[in-house]
Amino acid sequence: MLELNHSLFKRPTVLTSLKQKFRAWLFRPRIEHGTVILTQRRIFILPTKQGLTFGVVLVVMLLGDINYNLSLGYVLTFLLAMMAVMSMLHAFRNLAHLEIHAGRADAVFCGETARFQLHFNNRSELPRYRLCLKGMADIAPQCFDLPARQSSDVFFELAALRRGWLETGRLTLYTEFPLGLFHAWSYLHFDTRCLIYPKPLDEALLPPGYAPDGEGKRPVEGDDDFAGLRNYIAGDALPRIAWKAYARGQGLQVKQFATQVGDELLLNLADTPDSDLEGRLARMTRWVLDAEALGLRYGLLLKGEELPSGNGTAHRDECLRRIALFGLDMAGMV
Amino acid sequence: MNKALIYGLLLSTLMVTAPHAVHLPLWVSALCFSVLVWRSYLTYSGNTLPKRGLLTAITLGSMGGILIEFHTLFGREVGVALLMLLATLKLMELRTMRDAMALLFLSCFIIITNFFYSQSLPTGLYMLATLLVIATIWVHLNAPEITFKPRLRVAATLLLQAIPLTLILFVLFPRVQGPLWGMPQDAYSSSGLDDKMTPGSLGKLALSDEVAFRVSYPGRPPRRDQMYWRGPVLWLYDGSTWTPGRNRQGIQPNFTDATDPIEYNVTLEPHNKNWLFLLDMPNHISITAGLSDDFQVLSREPVNARLRYEARSHLRYTANMQESAGQLQRALQLPQGFNPRARELAAGWRSKADNETGIVQEALAYFHQQEFFYTLEPPLLGRDSVDDFLFNTRRGFCEHYASAFVFLMRAAGIPARVVTGYQGGELNAVGNYYIVRQSDAHAWAEVWLAGHGWQRIDPTAAVAPARVERSLSAALPDNAALPFMSRNPPQWMRELRLNWDALSNRWNQWVLGYDSELQFALLSRLGMESVSMQKMALNMIAGLGIIIALFAAFMLRHLFKREQDKVQTAWLKVCRKLAKAGMPRAAHEGPQDYAKRVAIARPDLKDAIHDLANRYSALRYRGMANHEQEFLYRATTFSPSKRAS
Repeated sequence: MLELNHSLFKRPTVLTSLKQKFRAWLFRPRIEHGTVILTQRRIFILPTKQGLTFGVVLVVMLLGDINYNLSLGYVLTFLLAMMAVMSMLHAFRNLAHLEIHAGRADAVFCGETARFQLHFNNRSELPRYRLCLKGMADIAPQCFDLPARQSSDVFFELAALRRGWLETGRLTLYTEFPLGLFHAWSYLHFDTRCLIYPKPLDEALLPPGYAPDGEGKRPVEGDDDFAGLRNYIAGDALPRIAWKAYARGQGLQVKQFATQVGDELLLNLADTPDSDLEGRLARMTRWVLDAEALGLRYGLLLKGEELPSGNGTAHRDECLRRIALFGLDMAGMV
Repeated sequence: MNKALIYGLLLSTLMVTAPHAVHLPLWVSALCFSVLVWRSYLTYSGNTLPKRGLLTAITLGSMGGILIEFHTLFGREVGVALLMLLATLKLMELRTMRDAMALLFLSCFIIITNFFYSQSLPTGLYMLATLLVIATIWVHLNAPEITFKPRLRVAATLLLQAIPLTLILFVLFPRVQGPLWGMPQDAYSSSGLDDKMTPGSLGKLALSDEVAFRVSYPGRPPRRDQMYWRGPVLWLYDGSTWTPGRNRQGIQPNFTDATDPIEYNVTLEPHNKNWLFLLDMPNHISITAGLSDDFQVLSREPVNARLRYEARSHLRYTANMQESAGQLQRALQLPQGFNPRARELAAGWRSKADNETGIVQEALAYFHQQEFFYTLEPPLLGRDSVDDFLFNTRRGFCEHYASAFVFLMRAAGIPARVVTGYQGGELNAVGNYYIVRQSDAHAWAEVWLAGHGWQRIDPTAAVAPARVERSLSAALPDNAALPFMSRNPPQWMRELRLNWDALSNRWNQWVLGYDSELQFALLSRLGMESVSMQKMALNMIAGLGIIIALFAAFMLRHLFKREQDKVQTAWLKVCRKLAKAGMPRAAHEGPQDYAKRVAIARPDLKDAIHDLANRYSALRYRGMANHEQEFLYRATTFSPSKRAS
């Protein structure tokens, strides 16, 4: 490619910096939205390592042909070389004029896999074979075929490691079809992103609820009022043992207390006992999930930012979203 | 790696190795074949590949075998044998895609080595077939999910597209005359005349159908009995074998009264020797060559590629009226203590005859009148082979007659020597040229007569005139063993053979014989002025560029064609109408979202826009093409300004 045209005699440092500048210019980040059409200007081609090896093989063959005057050897060498050249065009065509747009990426919890939907549209009569999609990370690419005149969805998967917004980064769509001698690629950098919720704690007791109108209270385990007796279980605190009942010959019983709570919860960040913020948010996440699962109404209070009570999936998702973005700069980006 | 891929690689390996099976020692071919069978069985049964230790043992063992067989690890035959083993054993440790690619590259190399042995037209076609198989596997390797048909189509497309490009490269790629480096002597197979003659050596050649060279005459061809193609001249006789001996410095060849010039073009098959074949006596040759003291035309390098030259000879001549004493001495040499009866016979002629010509006539008459037979299967001769032949067996091939005749001449004191070469040839009327085969190999004599110089005497003609005037098969009895085709095959078979040879001749001259010289000639005939390497290279690049551009235009035409999608156009028209009415569609908005928004802003359009959006989505994304007409109609009649209320 062009960068090879730089003089070989320049000092390596200059060369390296020029190369970097050139790369930075050529591959400058272009974050796009909407539909990307892979026009010829977006497709790059370079020989692969195998392509270079093949070139060496051809040169050796040619030398043999000249030396031994093998006319048919010339024919074979030229045929192979020209097939390689044509394979470059085929590789280019395999990518050319595909339409791609980013679809949705459903929110996931930290530690799960985020799946970015990419919508590929192959309008041409030409089936595309062995397209591969690779992210910035050094993991095995995902390869797929696109039949002619069809659109298909490809999910680009990325491990969700931190809460907040996860971006795909620059994706490389490449192909080495048909002979593996040339690597044709194009960069895709969509403005798509995936929301990552904090990983919820495995279990956490919900905070006590309240009833704004005094009705609909229900008891939960607490220590305000006496609520009855139950059988002793090894490990119960001694002061809780109902010695009177024991004296009456009812066996070892334990006094139970309950706190009257309403079925509305205010999930307050300040109520979390954990020491670090991530731990607190993890607990909040568990609370939201449990409260929703129990069918309670719940509100959210995050350091002055309050979300009134409600329930349902939409409410839960909004709560989770606020928790996920809490304290992050990107919070304002919606 | 999937099974289909491995079967493919097995097939391609079989295809590239099969032509070599005949050149290789039997055990190498057998080993390669059994490895292929073994690998097929492993793939079929799904068993695991053998351990690396076993493979190493087989490899080392076969290398040892080759070392014992050839006594070296270098040279052409050894190289081919090693490549075969390497390729088949590579199949046994096919683990990654890179292994498979390496095997394919190796296969291409093996195809090239086959051209050492044969570059005929069928070999070329076989190469194309092999290449198609290799390309198909190559595509499969790079797209494991692709099914057979598209795989074959892609491979065939690549191959077909490469053919015109190859043609341009073949014609215009600047040819360098090889060799670039010295090559092992065994680089070329050779068959044909030797510079030694023992009883039976030419008889063996007579059984060979192989072509020695082809000749075309721009003018009238000479008579058959003038077609003596001069090869090695043999001087020294040790009682059983004739050899050239050490060449004494003679005088410059000197032809006086040379008349009857004849022009001809020879395409000589490689024979790995220096000699070039010309008619007696050579006068001019178009390539660099030297003329020896005994009138042989010799090239500087051994002829190891097909060679084309134009030459001129004089059919009537007087050769070396003066000859150096040293040469005449050599031409009288006889081994001591051999063939006493022949010497006696010659001495008798000497005493009776008044001149040397008389002795020659006497000898020819002797062959003609006595009961001599011309046969390819002469009986074995004893120690005094000439005596044995002349007085006992009297059955022989041309070398027996030439040998005996020269012996008699020398014994009678006439300087004489044996000349080997080819005589005659078969006319191919299809291509209007003569095919000279190994079976046309011949030996005759030359005697030096004072006042006449060297004169050709063919004692075989005295015994079997048909050999010289017609052909070998005409001269032999019907039951003699001869190459099948030299006999009288059916007419159609003869014609087929001549047509095929004419085609091969074209192929040889234009494809295989295409060298820098022919390249220059062709290009200047095509109108290129002052042909030079740079010019050729530029034309080549331009030609390739044009064809590749044409291919690119053809291949990408579908992609650049902006198709007029009626459905989309109609939908965009609806959007434009709504935009005019103050409700433009946002760039990211899908039809459903847009419809919802429009429905809120203009409840009166709610039904119409939802209907259109639904139909549009159905057509675009669910491919329900049968509702297209209805949608188009509704879209064109849609009008947002009309208030329905």
